[in-house]
Amino acid sequence: MNPVPDIFRILPELILTLTGVAVMLTDAALNPKWPRRPLGWMAALGTTLALWASLGQLALPMGTGFSGTIETSAFTVFFHVLICGIVLVALLLSLDTLPEKSHHQGEFYALIVFGAVGMCLLTGAVELLLVFIALEISSIATYILAGYRKETPRGPEAAIKYFLLGSFATAFLLYGVALIFGATGTTQIYEIARLAPTAQNQSFILAGMGLMLVGILFKVSAVPFHVWTPDVYEGSPTPVVALMSTAPKAAAFALLLRVVYEMLPALRPVWSPLLWVVAVLSMTVGNLAALRQTNVKRMLAYSSIAHAGYLLAAFAGLDATGIAAASFYIAAYAAMNVGIFAVITLASGYDEKLPLIEDFRGLIYRSPLLGSLLIFFLASLVGIPFTGGFFGKLISFSTAIGGGAIWLVIIGLLNSGLAAAYYLRLALVAAQKPKDDQATTPEPRVGIAVGAALLFAVAATLVLGILPNGVQRAAEAGAHTLQAPPAEIGTPQGSR
Amino acid sequence: MNAINNSILTLILLLPLAGAVLVLLIPERGKLPNWIALFTSLATFGLTLHLPAHFDKTQTSFQFEVNRIWIEKPAIFYHVGVDGLSLWLVVLVGLLAPVGVVASWNAIAERRKLFFALFLVQQTAMFGVFIALDLILYYGFWELSLVPMAILIAMYGRKDGPRAALKFFLYTFIPSAPLLVAILWLYARTGSFDFDTLRLWVASGALPAGALGWVALAFLFAFAVKVPVFPLHGWLADTFSEAPVALAMVVAGKLGLYSMLRFHIGLFPVQARAVAPVLVGLAVVGILYGACLALVQRDFWRLMAFAALSHLSMITLGIYGLTLTGWEGAVYQILNHGVVDGALFLLLGVLYDSYSSSEISAYGGLAAKLPRTATFFVLAALGMIGLPMLGGFIGEFLILLGTFTGVSKGWAIAATLGVILGAAYMLTLVQKLFFGPESKMAGSKPPEDVEVGQLAVLAPLFVLMLAMGVAPMLWLPMIDQGVHPPPITMRFNTSGAKVHVDSMSMNAGDESPAYQSETNETNGEGQR
Repeated sequence: MNPVPDIFRILPELILTLTGVAVMLTDAALNPKWPRRPLGWMAALGTTLALWASLGQLALPMGTGFSGTIETSAFTVFFHVLICGIVLVALLLSLDTLPEKSHHQGEFYALIVFGAVGMCLLTGAVELLLVFIALEISSIATYILAGYRKETPRGPEAAIKYFLLGSFATAFLLYGVALIFGATGTTQIYEIARLAPTAQNQSFILAGMGLMLVGILFKVSAVPFHVWTPDVYEGSPTPVVALMSTAPKAAAFALLLRVVYEMLPALRPVWSPLLWVVAVLSMTVGNLAALRQTNVKRMLAYSSIAHAGYLLAAFAGLDATGIAAASFYIAAYAAMNVGIFAVITLASGYDEKLPLIEDFRGLIYRSPLLGSLLIFFLASLVGIPFTGGFFGKLISFSTAIGGGAIWLVIIGLLNSGLAAAYYLRLALVAAQKPKDDQATTPEPRVGIAVGAALLFAVAATLVLGILPNGVQRAAEAGAHTLQAPPAEIGTPQGSR
Repeated sequence: MNAINNSILTLILLLPLAGAVLVLLIPERGKLPNWIALFTSLATFGLTLHLPAHFDKTQTSFQFEVNRIWIEKPAIFYHVGVDGLSLWLVVLVGLLAPVGVVASWNAIAERRKLFFALFLVQQTAMFGVFIALDLILYYGFWELSLVPMAILIAMYGRKDGPRAALKFFLYTFIPSAPLLVAILWLYARTGSFDFDTLRLWVASGALPAGALGWVALAFLFAFAVKVPVFPLHGWLADTFSEAPVALAMVVAGKLGLYSMLRFHIGLFPVQARAVAPVLVGLAVVGILYGACLALVQRDFWRLMAFAALSHLSMITLGIYGLTLTGWEGAVYQILNHGVVDGALFLLLGVLYDSYSSSEISAYGGLAAKLPRTATFFVLAALGMIGLPMLGGFIGEFLILLGTFTGVSKGWAIAATLGVILGAAYMLTLVQKLFFGPESKMAGSKPPEDVEVGQLAVLAPLFVLMLAMGVAPMLWLPMIDQGVHPPPITMRFNTSGAKVHVDSMSMNAGDESPAYQSETNETNGEGQR
């Protein structure tokens, strides 16, 4: 019935899994005294292959595989490419910044790749159980990575906090799945979409959606499910923060789009106001809290909460435009956020010699390149035109206005004015003359791998800001596939 | 020639940017960045001169227009063009660029690369604001202009740069949030960011009037902070005392005033009319308040700031008097103020560079030691005051005339009082800096008078000041073309119905009677 072999539907995930396994096995087989850096290159190579395979999936007809559990469409390809891109940058960043002698490097690279498997799977899953499994794969990898610096007191704290709260959130999600299964008798998303409007027990569906939203909003660190974010970001190694502040969020947003727009579009009157409130809370609380931070990573953690709010504004948009705007914003957010964490990793080093905003004083004098890049990415986060951050915001807010949410946009833009204050504080500190008594850290070394990562992030931020047409078309194609489920939905394949 | 006309604005926009990239790429060796910046800005200035040379005064629409799709969704166009309103402002920006480079020649001693690169980016942003006819493109350049400015103030400020930069940035960035909301709202209703299209939409009356009032107000608010209009001038004094000379001469006025004319009055004539009385009042208060504060300043940068507030309020008065005479005077005065302020800042920069003090009382008796600086300064001060035969006179005269005949005699008289106060503080400043007994500080150092390079840019500025004073007809016809809103006669289609909008010029007979007199005044324009 299905002309496309199922295996092609999960090709990128397969490549990533094989890469991860290969990295781990090689690590075990290598002489412990040998350097582990080649493993990082191996992981990067595998991720590149997966990225390429995802692009190849565009040639496949849109459809599902493995008994209607996993889908490939323009939407999944968009997110696969995005996630693989982020993972690639994070790997390149780790390659140059992980200390030569740090422990378990093989596992470190393998876990990043395994996390990517989960995230990619999450964007393609159209079966709630698979969604759950994918979420767990990506989460567990991230939990471990968060605690990678186990010699510092904050490392394990971050990991445990993230793990406990994250498990709770996943439990919520699972409970929601169970309720929805109870109401509709299926866990296949298209089936639910078909059955939900006529289901007898609407209250089950409502409760199920609410619980699922709790789980997902936790993963995107939207207020009021954001409390873990600053602590975890502070304790985790910065390259890992670059990864986990972007890629898992992108995957979780893809899931959110799928759940609200594809699975329960009929409940728009319910989830739209809910997300409106969450968006307003996220941007306001995130920005207000960020204003008071003295630690760079905590500040950026709150800033990422605020950005989740800007992104959620796009959900006020109508159907395809809302989906496209949200997808575009995720890409823009990922590009600039990965970029700024890369700069911070480089400037302050793996062991974080410069945790405070004040410590960045005179960065542009010590290293003109890093200082300028820091200001560039901050400008994008502020939303200065001709950067990805601006167009993301423009499209997100313009969509929201199109959907009639004018107050959301007014609050959002006032918030972005407020946000300028703390971004600017960091930028201005970096542009200030260093104090004489300031402990001079040696000028950071920019290696090939990390140089490539930075170049990639800068190019992406600029392209998204100046020539966004291509990415926008891709996002829109994805939005349309999410709107129009594949043909075989009428005759579901599975045994259900 | 056609090919040049089609690409000239793009070239003007890109040349400084290319210069900035070049400055960044070359190694920082001696004054190489200065020379590249100077060459780039001179070349750009040369390009801007192409515009008046090939401008068609008889044609009422935008010229040198380029209109290409840039982003598909939302539909954003690379739409640029100039008319009589923006034409000379583009030239002015081009003219002030080399002046700024020369003013920074010695003042910027370290990290020249970064300074000049950002300075050139700033040029691009300002050109962009004046030529953009797509609201998002315009907004883009408007916001972009803040970044180099803020960084330069922070890094090259005199004492407390970062604080001034933060103040400047937030003051101007936050009001642009409502501006963007308003632009997006217009887009949601009309599906266009294009200036011309939106003008037709607004004039057609197809948009809800209540919301349109708020939209217009959001536009106005953003512009009023940027000008600044009293009481939104909180950022001005700190910015003036911290900003490098090259930036202080461009930071205030032009962008905001032009935007008021083009995007507030030009886009929302009816709504602008409703708020005009308020702005006229604020402008007069600003004129007097700025002048009074300028009288008591001890620091010459701050004095310049309040003097600027006073002068910019005068221009605001001309704009919101809503008379054609006032508009012509306003545009003329923007140009003149740009030239005079450029010269004054350059000269004060010379003083500051040699004595590192902006305390007025520390100076004194410099005329004998710095004859050239003193002469030029006196001339520039006279230009600022509005001495007949110099540019300032024409502009202020037109503005006051427009106010007197078109708005109210009381306001005009009050504003004239500001001109008198202006003479008081400028002449006091001249007297305290250059005459009287030689101060201790002035005697402590060997004098550093205006150098040859500075002379080379100052001389043209003064020739220009004089020319603007004696031959206003070189400029006014083109400005006239710009401030006469072109009649809207094309058919405009909204929701199937054909709406004819015959004219949206200010003096349409059926409008509020308060400004009826202006119609007569417009007819009697022979008084020039």
